[in-house]
Amino acid sequence: MILQSLKMAWNAIVSNKMRSFLTMLGIIIGVVSLVVLVSVVNGATSSVTDSISKMGTNLLTVTISDDKDKPLNWADITALADEDEFAEAAPMAQGNFTAKKGTESDSISVTGTTPGYYDIQGLDLGSGRFLKTADVNSSTYVIVINQYTATTLFDRSNVVGEEISINGIKFQIIGVLAEEESSGSGFNSERMEAYIPYTTMIRLSDSVKYVTTFYVTASSEEETDTAEQSITNQMLERFNYDEDAFSISNMSTLMETMSSVTNTLSIMLGGIAAISLLVGGIGIMNIMLVSVTERTREIGIRKAIGAGYADIMLQFLIEALVISLLGCMFGILGSGLIIFVIGKVVTSLTFTMSTGAIWVSVIFSAFVGIAFGSYPANKAARKKPIDALRFS
Amino acid sequence: MIQLNDVCKSYQMGEETVHALDHASLHVRQGEFVSIVGPSGSGKSTMMNIVGCLDMADEGEYLLDSQSIQDYSERELARIRNQKIGFVFQNFNLLSKMSAAENVELPLIYQRVSANKRKEMVEEALEQVNLIERMKHKPTELSGGQQQRVAIARALATKPSLLLADEPTGALDSRTSKEILELLQDLHERGNTILLITHDEDIADQAERKVRIRDGKVSEVSV
Repeated sequence: MILQSLKMAWNAIVSNKMRSFLTMLGIIIGVVSLVVLVSVVNGATSSVTDSISKMGTNLLTVTISDDKDKPLNWADITALADEDEFAEAAPMAQGNFTAKKGTESDSISVTGTTPGYYDIQGLDLGSGRFLKTADVNSSTYVIVINQYTATTLFDRSNVVGEEISINGIKFQIIGVLAEEESSGSGFNSERMEAYIPYTTMIRLSDSVKYVTTFYVTASSEEETDTAEQSITNQMLERFNYDEDAFSISNMSTLMETMSSVTNTLSIMLGGIAAISLLVGGIGIMNIMLVSVTERTREIGIRKAIGAGYADIMLQFLIEALVISLLGCMFGILGSGLIIFVIGKVVTSLTFTMSTGAIWVSVIFSAFVGIAFGSYPANKAARKKPIDALRFS
Repeated sequence: MIQLNDVCKSYQMGEETVHALDHASLHVRQGEFVSIVGPSGSGKSTMMNIVGCLDMADEGEYLLDSQSIQDYSERELARIRNQKIGFVFQNFNLLSKMSAAENVELPLIYQRVSANKRKEMVEEALEQVNLIERMKHKPTELSGGQQQRVAIARALATKPSLLLADEPTGALDSRTSKEILELLQDLHERGNTILLITHDEDIADQAERKVRIRDGKVSEVSV
């Protein structure tokens, strides 16, 4: 019987293609907006969380806002790495300078730090070496640059041993970072960046003297909480138990915040899309009501030759369900196409269709079809055969 | 077979109450070919609706196959129509988007007959009306006479107790009318019980027994 009803529904839909398509349009648009929006948000989120997790979730960032006349110097920070609960520790000071090579010059973001920074930030060296403790101890003028800087200033990447000048001071290039994968974060590759010893940074910049920002990593991800507790206690002790003198941020809390924000965003966008699906459902109900009136005679004939309430109800309900699910299918195909095109245009991010959104749209479309189809179906099934037969 | 005893049916038309059937009684035996004749407004449509289980009587008793049709739910009436009654209408009432075979198949689908059995029964019914070679055609591709034969095949497909024909020749020219009446005669000779409703005395004369209806009252006329 279900099979027969499916066949009847299919015939009814095919026999009026234009109207069926217009009826489906509401569902199609609803499904497309749901799947595309959720997939795009997911794609953007996963690329951000990827770059965060590359740095590691065991990373703690400490920012000092008031040193209470007990400032930290770089050696205090590197000494932290010797403690059991920490793996690495590195101070960080940043400044923007002008890099010059021959006639080429451009603005460069320079980070003054210590060797531990390499592992903490998950950097990847293409050639040469990173900063060493000896460089920091004797504040030598050595510099590690990223690939983009090398190609901008030299038009090539094998530039280890060459010299560039930063704010008029000559630096020897000791290392060049590897080119970042295009599918990765994509945020830093288009910027000139360089790393110099922390002590050299103090000489280069007037504003940098003591450490105001530093990173420590816990010995393992499980130890992150212990490490955070330990660093908090040490800082409290140093700064007269003033909690406002410093702040510690934890990558895993950042990730949690981030995912809760994007979850809220997905749900909100999904909700908006669900409303358009609902509007599509009203469209189905509208057309089904017209169709029931138009087909009064057909209903009368069917009833006269023995169709019962359930038979007619099933026929129209399945018709509504087939329309909404067919619309849903077209919507999913359409969103696949749109996501493919977006992926081609925005190459720095990767998008995949969210399977969750697909399931939600299928279930929601089925629900909409049944919910908005049952009123017209009931109206059809309740028609009295004598009245329906007399209708012309 | 069919037994109507003192059946009354009235409608409210605005202020007025119309007594469409007024203590009407009718007996039709198994295998009979009976015609009911009367002018329009005589109550013959109401009669047909009650006999066809499309409607129920206000008063009186209706026995179909010695089963009393009373206080039935809409669902039970649908089942009785499906199994015991075969309708033939004036304007054929075929579903235009389905082929002849699919139209004939429809009552069998509602009877939940299996697909193989259905095919067999459809062919058997179409054979009885000599339309087997036209089974794939849509009603719009058939002549009026052929359409009515498809409708008769549909009525016969379920092997009903009663073939109920309401002005079956009303929309046909005289030559095709003759054809359809001959077919009905033929079906009667093969043992089908037929109740023919018409306003035309000549057509009514084709039946073996003629019943006249006027102002909701039934009177027997011998042929």
